[in-house]
Amino acid sequence: MALLEVADVVAGYGETDILHGVSITVDEGEIVTIIGPNGCGKSTLMKAIVGLVRVKAGAVTFQGADISSQPPERIVRTGLCYVPQSANVFPSLSIRENLEMGGFVRNDDYRERIEELFALFPDLARRPTQQAGSLSGGQRQMLAIARALMLDPVLLLLDEPSAGLSPAIMGLVFERIRGINRAGVALLLVEQNARESLRMSDRGYVLAAGRNRLEDSGPALLDNPEVARLYLGGRR
Amino acid sequence: MNTLQHTAKRISLAWTPGHTAIAIVVLALAIGFLPFVKMGLVVNGIFLGAIIALGAVGLTLIYGILNFANVAHGDYMTLGAYLALFMVGSVLSAVGIEGQGLGPFTFGYPLLLALPVAVAVVAVGAIVLDVAIYRRLRDRGVSPVVLAMASLGVAIALRGLVQIIWSGETQHYPREFREVIHLPMDVRVPPDGIFIAIVTIILVVGVYLVLTRTKMGKAMRATADNPELALVSGINTQRVVRWTWGMGAVLAATAGVLLAVFQAQLLPIMGWKFLIPLFAAVILGGIGNPYGALVGAFVIGVSSEVSTQWINPSYKPAVAFAIMIGVLLVRPRGIFGSSE
Repeated sequence: MALLEVADVVAGYGETDILHGVSITVDEGEIVTIIGPNGCGKSTLMKAIVGLVRVKAGAVTFQGADISSQPPERIVRTGLCYVPQSANVFPSLSIRENLEMGGFVRNDDYRERIEELFALFPDLARRPTQQAGSLSGGQRQMLAIARALMLDPVLLLLDEPSAGLSPAIMGLVFERIRGINRAGVALLLVEQNARESLRMSDRGYVLAAGRNRLEDSGPALLDNPEVARLYLGGRR
Repeated sequence: MNTLQHTAKRISLAWTPGHTAIAIVVLALAIGFLPFVKMGLVVNGIFLGAIIALGAVGLTLIYGILNFANVAHGDYMTLGAYLALFMVGSVLSAVGIEGQGLGPFTFGYPLLLALPVAVAVVAVGAIVLDVAIYRRLRDRGVSPVVLAMASLGVAIALRGLVQIIWSGETQHYPREFREVIHLPMDVRVPPDGIFIAIVTIILVVGVYLVLTRTKMGKAMRATADNPELALVSGINTQRVVRWTWGMGAVLAATAGVLLAVFQAQLLPIMGWKFLIPLFAAVILGGIGNPYGALVGAFVIGVSSEVSTQWINPSYKPAVAFAIMIGVLLVRPRGIFGSSE
């Protein structure tokens, strides 16, 4: 059984549907990337999985349990954590306070976990009292990921982790993402920077206009001439 | 589903060098004017400012976290003042707890017993009102203006309720005459003012500690920053809403009791009339900024008191507004407002 199973999900904002029956699966320990043109519903799919957008039809199953009608603050307790694309840190809170909020549902002593994450992201450990709003783009992305790791997730959803970053920083972020996956965390990624993302992915999906278009292994999608022409900018 | 609407707002508790500079300018201006004004008015203004501060800090928190301009805030003050009167005059006196003229103060120790009870009732009432009215509106995704209008209805209803129960007559807590305390430089301090100052300091420090040291306080600031991210972090935002109302109502009800002590009278309209200085202080300081609300409160309190030296006291609210407009022309986001 798949870790995450999204089956024929219809979702959207108010009366407008953005997803018209999307199906994807993520297995334990996998990296799965979703690519597709702007407005195809990639971010909406992420939000539907974590409970921020209501699932009108179809089902989202995580570890065998139906989570499609659960509120987000309950879904996060099941080990499914999410890093939004933008506005993914609390700007007026310090680095340490951001991590504490990531561990909000933990009732045990999470200071040890914060130290572990500081070891994983040494940039953040340097000034733990610095306000998150004053961090650079790369540091902010690291903090956003670290916040989501506070609960030791089984599956991490990352919406455009490389958006707005310089190529050097982007490489660093992808490196960290691979490291997180090696530690056993399954990853579901939405990426504009599809080439880099597919290269490290076990599988990938192409969405178009709120529907599944293609599904294949990461390298196979990279080699697919149609995908290359439409979504990877043609060059290889 | 996410019921708190996301806008650019936050509860900013970082003290920056810019804040220090602004505070020095405000203080320097105040000291510069001192030779030309009566000290008695300044002292009165400081105590009035302390009461405004309690109301304004709660108002700014509710605005920052819930994105809600609570027009009923003044009437929460009124309700607190009258509930304390009910406790002192009807409940405690019925069981033989009576007295006035506690130490240097005009009121007696029964008021000290009545205060926490009145405050707790208003806090519970504010949470109940949120669940019964505002939450339903939020769940339907109404705009902040609709919420403010709903709270206007609540304000009018509360005032009417107070008038029905306690009549529209002027009333006061049992009190005993007390001499003002004479200090050097012809400064006269009403003893009750010292009580007001102590209570204000305790509560303001308490709010600061809750917001910076407790998990729930941090969650309140996180929710103000980004309600959606708070939800996906696992923060129970409904609990945050309840805590915010509770804190705001505790501050408001206490301010109401202090105002009744300070003015030596209770009237059903007392809180409603206080709404203008409250909002002026909040906007003046920068919406959502508790430090700004504090500074704004004292600026409004002192300047509106001092203005009575030259103009009719009934223009006090107009003075508060004039100052607010003047500051906003120079700094549109308020004294402590950030430019982000």
